[in-house]
Amino acid sequence: MKYEIQPTLPPPASMVGVIGWMRKHLFNGPINSVATIVVGYFLISFLVPTIQWIFIDADWVGDSRDACTSGGACWVFINNRLDQFLYGFYPEAEHWRVQTAFILLIGSIIWLVMPQTPKKGLVAALLLVVYPVVAFFLLYGDIFGLETVETHLWGGLSLTLVLAVVGIVASLPLGILLALGRQSEMPIVKSVCVIFIEIWRGVPLITVLFMASVMLPLFFPEGMSFDKLLRALIGITLFQSAYMAEVIRGGLQAIPKGQYEAADALGLGYWQKMILIIMPQALKLMIPGIVNTFIALFKDTSLVLIIGLFDVLAIGQAANQDPKWIGYSTESYLFVALLFWVFCFSMSRYSQQLERQLHTGH
Amino acid sequence: MSHSQASDKLMVELRDLNKWYGEFHVLKNINLEVKQGEKIVICGPSGSGKSTMIRCINHLEEHQKGDIVVSGIPLNEDIKNIEAIRKEVGMVFQHFNLFPHLTVLENCVLAPIWVKKMPRKEAEAQAMELLERVKIPDQALKYPGQLSGGQQQRVAIARSLCMNPDVMLFDEPTSALDPEMIKEVLDVMIELATEGMTMLCVTHEMGFAKTVADRVIFMDGGQIVEENEPHEFFNNPQHERTQLFLSQILQH
Ligand SMILES: Nc1ncnc2c1ncn2[C@@H]1O[C@H](COP(=O)(O)OP(=O)(O)O)[C@@H](O)[C@H]1O
Ligand SMILES: [Mg+2]
Repeated sequence: MKYEIQPTLPPPASMVGVIGWMRKHLFNGPINSVATIVVGYFLISFLVPTIQWIFIDADWVGDSRDACTSGGACWVFINNRLDQFLYGFYPEAEHWRVQTAFILLIGSIIWLVMPQTPKKGLVAALLLVVYPVVAFFLLYGDIFGLETVETHLWGGLSLTLVLAVVGIVASLPLGILLALGRQSEMPIVKSVCVIFIEIWRGVPLITVLFMASVMLPLFFPEGMSFDKLLRALIGITLFQSAYMAEVIRGGLQAIPKGQYEAADALGLGYWQKMILIIMPQALKLMIPGIVNTFIALFKDTSLVLIIGLFDVLAIGQAANQDPKWIGYSTESYLFVALLFWVFCFSMSRYSQQLERQLHTGH
Repeated sequence: MSHSQASDKLMVELRDLNKWYGEFHVLKNINLEVKQGEKIVICGPSGSGKSTMIRCINHLEEHQKGDIVVSGIPLNEDIKNIEAIRKEVGMVFQHFNLFPHLTVLENCVLAPIWVKKMPRKEAEAQAMELLERVKIPDQALKYPGQLSGGQQQRVAIARSLCMNPDVMLFDEPTSALDPEMIKEVLDVMIELATEGMTMLCVTHEMGFAKTVADRVIFMDGGQIVEENEPHEFFNNPQHERTQLFLSQILQH
């Protein structure tokens, strides 16, 4: 038989326009067609009135409930209290400080997300080390002539972000140390880490917050008042670091033994091996897990309302109690949910992008 | 044949080396002296303790009894000695164990920079020189995952050589490779041997053993069963187990 070189052909066109696509994916057989129609019916009968209520019949501007006459959502309510939702009871004249802190945060995150920006490492380091200090003095004041704003005035979305960012930034290094300690061959270090992790993982965050606000002061000398927000932050960070440690341990276990051996054989010391070889690979594997715990933490911050801190959800609830606006709690809960969703969804998308960026083909 | 490179300086000494995994006596009274410039090939059936033995030399495995001296440094509890020995001993693994998150060049300069505190410029120049020697300078900026197995193993050899070791350990460097890539790795190893490197190679490449080895060691059941220069070893094996082993691997 004679061997002939075969021509290279383009793949056959499988989709012919919209109709072809629909036939292939939505109506390719009786069961699929019925499913498409039933699901479509429920989607439409749910979505149409919802959209109508949220957008079409809604009232947007005004200064009292009298503006809400169309029968749809009363966004006037949210509009009137937007400042509280965003800033809590932070003095209005000082809102620019919160805005500056927020813009710095978002700005550096966008810098990190953009694929082409230079010096990502430097920006990340600034964000993790310098930014927390700057943001604290911006928000708290009492320096460079900035008026002091006590933490009990902080609230709303800005307080939620403070809780989440501090919890995230502080729990990651602590979690790494705990995970390494748990793997350690030194028995004392190992058992301290195991006990710490298991204790924090075994209690609900609500309990931790109660203990932080009620019990923690008992351990400190009389008269030494300890900021309520700081106590909540310590509780959240320790709680979160125990979860982080377990995620990181999972990542460490996935690194093949050969990587440790190659590093040892080259003469790298323990910390060099961990920082240069093991952690970079493990962190990459752990991105989805880490972001998951971040998202969980972000949502859990709303629990601080039970110890009397006014995060964005607590502000929403307080607003619902206002006699002038009784009956519009659906709007405030929806708005709060939307805020949470925007942040959590962004985190999840960012993690997917990060995974792709760090992929080096193995 | 390169049988005249060995000097009298002892690079590796194993004396009455014994090791257990729990109850399992994996190395039994191993005695071995390797002189500077000598090339030793170690063979034997799977599970006979070949890897364990050479991994004891740079303390990837801990031994329980006996003495190990490398380049005049006794291997003991002292972490300083272990570090000093690891600087003198390079190791090449069956599965390459390159660092996948670093480029080929970064793999090669990492240890010189962090362990030997070499300036980056100098480390990079040296790495490029060694990559040239293993014939893949053009791959320097790629990641290990983008290379073939043979290329990866050559990078691994270059990475070890970047530390300027006195002794090189090879643990079955070609057994994870596709057949067409074995030669490119063996060629690099043969070149290294002719340049006078002290080498301990666990391998079943008998052609390699015949070309470069000063001595071939046969292990079975955790012991050294037979040791001879290659010609005698292959043509006139003394021990019954050696004969059986050779007949099995040379059959085809
Ligand atoms: N970490 C370990 N724990 C227990 N037994 C082991 C371990 N590593 C190797 N062994 C056993 O020790 C013996 C020798 O192993 P090894 O040195 O890898 O053999 P070889 O390299 O000659 O094939 C084998 O029987 C193996 O099952
Ligand atoms: Mg082996």
